[in-house]
Amino acid sequence: MSNTVIEFNHVGKQYILGSIGTGTLSQDLNRWWANIRGKEDPYLKIGETNDRTQKGDSRFVWALRDINFKVEQGDVVGIVGKNGAGKSTLLKILSRVTSPTTGNIKIKGRIASLLEVGTGFHPEMTGRENIFMNGSIMGMTKAEIKSKFDEIVDFAGVAKYVDTPVKRYSSGMMVRLGFAIAAHLEPEILVVDEVLAVGDAEFQKKAIGKMQDVSKGEGRTVLFVSHNMAAVRSLCTRGVMLKNGMVDFIGNIPDTLDHYLKIDNSAQKEKIIDNVTFTKSTLKINNIEINGTDLSESTIQSRQRELTIKIEGHSQEDMNYDVMLILRNKDGMPYATYAKGHYIGDIQHQSAGDFTIERTILLPEILTRGAIYVDLFLHHPMVEYQLKAPNCCVLETMGYQQGFGSAMNQIDNGFMGLNDK
Amino acid sequence: MTKDWDIIITNKSNLLSIDFGEIWRYRDLLTMYVKRDIVTFYKQTILGPLWFIIQPLFTTIMFMFVFGGIAGISTDGIPQAVFYLAGLVCWNYFQDCLSKCSDTFNANQAIFGKVYFPRLVVPLSIVISNLIKMGIQFALFLVVYIYYFASGIDFQVNASLLLVPVLIIMLGALGLGFGMIISSMTTKYRDLRFLITFGVQLWMYATPVIYPLSVMKETYPKYVWVLVANPLTAILETFKYAFTGVGEFNWLYLSYSFIFTAVILLLGIVIFNRVQRNFMDVI
Repeated sequence: MSNTVIEFNHVGKQYILGSIGTGTLSQDLNRWWANIRGKEDPYLKIGETNDRTQKGDSRFVWALRDINFKVEQGDVVGIVGKNGAGKSTLLKILSRVTSPTTGNIKIKGRIASLLEVGTGFHPEMTGRENIFMNGSIMGMTKAEIKSKFDEIVDFAGVAKYVDTPVKRYSSGMMVRLGFAIAAHLEPEILVVDEVLAVGDAEFQKKAIGKMQDVSKGEGRTVLFVSHNMAAVRSLCTRGVMLKNGMVDFIGNIPDTLDHYLKIDNSAQKEKIIDNVTFTKSTLKINNIEINGTDLSESTIQSRQRELTIKIEGHSQEDMNYDVMLILRNKDGMPYATYAKGHYIGDIQHQSAGDFTIERTILLPEILTRGAIYVDLFLHHPMVEYQLKAPNCCVLETMGYQQGFGSAMNQIDNGFMGLNDK
Repeated sequence: MTKDWDIIITNKSNLLSIDFGEIWRYRDLLTMYVKRDIVTFYKQTILGPLWFIIQPLFTTIMFMFVFGGIAGISTDGIPQAVFYLAGLVCWNYFQDCLSKCSDTFNANQAIFGKVYFPRLVVPLSIVISNLIKMGIQFALFLVVYIYYFASGIDFQVNASLLLVPVLIIMLGALGLGFGMIISSMTTKYRDLRFLITFGVQLWMYATPVIYPLSVMKETYPKYVWVLVANPLTAILETFKYAFTGVGEFNWLYLSYSFIFTAVILLLGIVIFNRVQRNFMDVI
């Protein structure tokens, strides 16, 4: 049986650009005058969709426009979209920090938001006092906090500091404490906005685990906004994609993310070839495709075992070349290299004229989720470079799921599987 | 399947749709706020809550020198210490409520921008925590008062002493009401904030804190209406009259103050409630 816990009906939010001054006073008076005569707000009719890159004519923009969707109980909804798509505004309205300009939202159950953890911490008060303070701001009663106090301190891992003013805490400790309080709230609906970006790896794991418990074990509803695709993919069951303040896509999470990445790519139009930093003067490159696309972001599907490279171009002279790839993690550390010219002296010959170089590379036995950054080179080992394209594309991988391998999907940024001799 | 929603978020608001039940549910937060205001006041101090007493004590001594000694303003025969302290305790309570409440939105925008809770909790907590502070200062006043009483001064204590709790509530309500109005109006246009800093000082001189109403009546009979129009005048005069039997006690003035206070408080709550829903967009 479906059980709708949140219902968005034609929700819209209008903002005024520019600064507030004497000019806004006359608009206010206009609005007020229309209101008195029982007419509609004259400024609601105008306003444009919110595309921050385009210069607009109107001072009024719709940060959100006509948002309609429903959330069922137990759903973990990932809200994705580019910066400025309206994600945070939506969560702000939902957590009643600001009210919508049009439409309404209906909610069943207690709602708590984690827009930014640790809000309301008073620097002069001790950890203990702040737990009570913050807990009651979030809507807990004193008795509830008391019964969970030890759990919270334990989860945050700040037992030693609990009677020290929080101004002496490291920033990480504050975040831990803030999240710990929020995680023990037990609302029916939890709203989370990008809190996992801070905190060390151990804590991130704890936090994601806690959110999974909340949604799976206890059947509560979570709305989650993040740019961390891996986190969204692993946590969420449904996805909503916002674009320029409007709902662009609603569906299950893999479809939403695919749609998002596709839209995102075509919108940015960043191609691999745009990232070429050097070509030899006698060489002209027309097209580069990695993983079957010329765009600089693509996804390695869960059963995909091959990576394809295609380079098309024109050379004015004969050349001896080899294709070299370096695959790195987001911190620049290499996972693997593909450079047969170096390790077995495999050099190809290409006579002058148009050429198409194609390679199909076997991916390793085990690939965990994460992002792989690719450096691409054409070179004649120990002689010269013909093409340099460092950091030319990023491959997002969900990790392989085979055999008992689902556990591997819990690991970020791993690569090779080791075997017995 | 039932469709009874717990919360409906819309842009429409009834003028008087104030959810007092919700404030009651958040009463733990109210106590936490009060506790925070009191506790953080004397964190990292040696004298701690004693500072609540030191301020009015020294101000009174200063007033005794400047206004009582140098300027020679009459205190209607009441010992100067008692007269000034009575005025200061009342005035300080009102002023603290007013200036702190009028900064509600501005000082709390970080937290109001992140979490929802009934915003009225904050100004209410300010009034309550200042009431505790006022209680401590009132105790100081009683000590001084009893000292003079014991040393033989004949205070005409009278039945209007019973009004004192009402007077104190009125002071808090006036500060709360005005504070909420100013706070709401300064979210968008900040002009009023400049007014409040020096306006409060001027207001004190238009209130019988350092002089009795009778002196004003003798010196500037033409301008007495300013003092009478000031709702604080009747409150302070009645307060002094209750303890000493000296001063103006006039039911008409007091009723005027009472109605004024009720109207301001109601207006404050309504405006505050309207503004709090969208102030994040304009502050």
